[in-house]
Amino acid sequence: MASHDANLSPGRVLKAPAATRTRPMRKWGLPVETLVLGLTLLLWIVMALTTSTFLTTNNLVNILRQVSIDSIIAFGVLFPILIRGIDLSVGSVVALSGVVCASLLTAGVPIPLAIALTLVLGVAIGSLNAFSVYRLGIPAFIITLAGLQAFRGGAFLVSDGTSVFGLPRALSTFARAEWLGIPSLFWSMLVIGLVLHFILSRTRTGRYMVAMGSNHESARRAGINIKRIVFFAYIVSSVTACIAGMLLMARMSIGSPTAGVAYELNAIAAAVVGGASLFGGRGSVLGTFIGALLFATIANAANLLGIDSFWQMVATGVLIATVVYVDNLHKRRQSGVK
Amino acid sequence: MSLLEVKDLKKRFGAVEVLCGVDLTLEAGEVLAVVGDNGAGKSTLIKHISGVYRRDGGEITLGDEAVDFDSPKEARRAGIETVYQDLALADELSVGANIFLGREPVRRWLGLLPVIDRARIQQETQRLIDSIESHIPDGATTVAGLSGGQRQAVAIARALYWDAKVVILDEPTAALAVMERENVIKLSRMLAAKGVGVIYIGHNLVEILEVADRIAVMYRGRIVHVTRSEETTQEELIKYMTGYSERRETAA
Repeated sequence: MASHDANLSPGRVLKAPAATRTRPMRKWGLPVETLVLGLTLLLWIVMALTTSTFLTTNNLVNILRQVSIDSIIAFGVLFPILIRGIDLSVGSVVALSGVVCASLLTAGVPIPLAIALTLVLGVAIGSLNAFSVYRLGIPAFIITLAGLQAFRGGAFLVSDGTSVFGLPRALSTFARAEWLGIPSLFWSMLVIGLVLHFILSRTRTGRYMVAMGSNHESARRAGINIKRIVFFAYIVSSVTACIAGMLLMARMSIGSPTAGVAYELNAIAAAVVGGASLFGGRGSVLGTFIGALLFATIANAANLLGIDSFWQMVATGVLIATVVYVDNLHKRRQSGVK
Repeated sequence: MSLLEVKDLKKRFGAVEVLCGVDLTLEAGEVLAVVGDNGAGKSTLIKHISGVYRRDGGEITLGDEAVDFDSPKEARRAGIETVYQDLALADELSVGANIFLGREPVRRWLGLLPVIDRARIQQETQRLIDSIESHIPDGATTVAGLSGGQRQAVAIARALYWDAKVVILDEPTAALAVMERENVIKLSRMLAAKGVGVIYIGHNLVEILEVADRIAVMYRGRIVHVTRSEETTQEELIKYMTGYSERRETAA
């Protein structure tokens, strides 16, 4: 910043650094998301050319199914991240919601009611997280880490340590259904993504989340109801985790207490690789989807090529570090710091 | 009748008496500078006017109404805008989003859902930044990419747009380059020309003498001297700021 100011002379018009005038590009969330999208496409092309198994309807539908559930969780996690929080409990919430919903269903509760009750559970968990952060002043990292343990334990308690079998056939029929050749899980993700994108980009609530993550003090001074925003962000995170938990349950036809282990980390990684900043104020639904798509593609490619899954984990780690580094470089250039 | 009147304002923090009976008047359309050494009580004084602190004693009148603000929000609603030293802008939001933050115009999407009226914000912002000649290229630019002076201009534009009666500028040029400093002085005069009462807190006496109509000097929680800026000099102001004149009076 200082070096920029130093060049000013009285006769010269104060100009913004060139990078800030790329409005049409920013609108689409460039550049890191484009980089990640490019990487994903490249991977698709390479896989299509080198294997006969990648570009088959079966395999592509498989990727779409996988990316759907990952994305829904990642969309939710993006919301606490935007306000400079975090939610590490979502993976365990996926398991808990799955076994709770499955237990309700096997106890004879009608499907719509079971779904509604599970969503209420999501609202309750989100409210608890928000209350702990906002009112009790517990750091989000700590309280949701506690949730990661506690809700996983809860999932085992509810299911007595085993999977819950015997779900209504309608659920697995739904999970396998396709419409226009696209799996129903993907349609579900699309609807949730569009709703969340709408909230983020068009409503005051979305804007206030960005303002809060960007500069908490300025948001407070502008008279924004911080409490409302905190509750909203954590409730979105838990509720979407519950939706993902139920979709996963439907897909596997069981409620499993071991489902969703480490999903919170994949979700956070997808959001961050998709352009979200862990320091708040930055991130988009579209970028998060692209991030999740990249990870799903890598996992699928590694499977098809028979690459050791341990290498796959190493590659994912290197990728996260690289993408965030490149993004930081760009941001530094943008703000004029050399 | 003055726009803003502060009478016998008192505040103590524990054993320390920070304000010991401050009297101050501000007229519409003037820039009143408040100067003083560190710890003289300038910040505490303006934080009472902007609703951050509650006073222990004294009165504040805005227009013809006695006021006692609970919060900065309430002061803002009454027409007192504060441009803070740290600017309080959200970096990741655009210039327009910052100016309208917390007061976004809303329209109904498909006649149903309330969404931010982005077109209106964009249009009003463009009009506003053109009118203050702030050299901000585009209201859709994110604040993160602006220079210190441009950020200051955004903060002042926000006050201007929302028809503030009183604008408090707290060390607005502290972190700015020389050229940008001139721009802030120009903006302050522009606010005054629109009938706003401007309270300008500062350290730099050259700048104060240039921008202010009147200057109030604080020393140890009191206003010890008020003068028109054309009737004073740096030397005289420094005497009052350092308490030199007061010591001489007690000696005499």
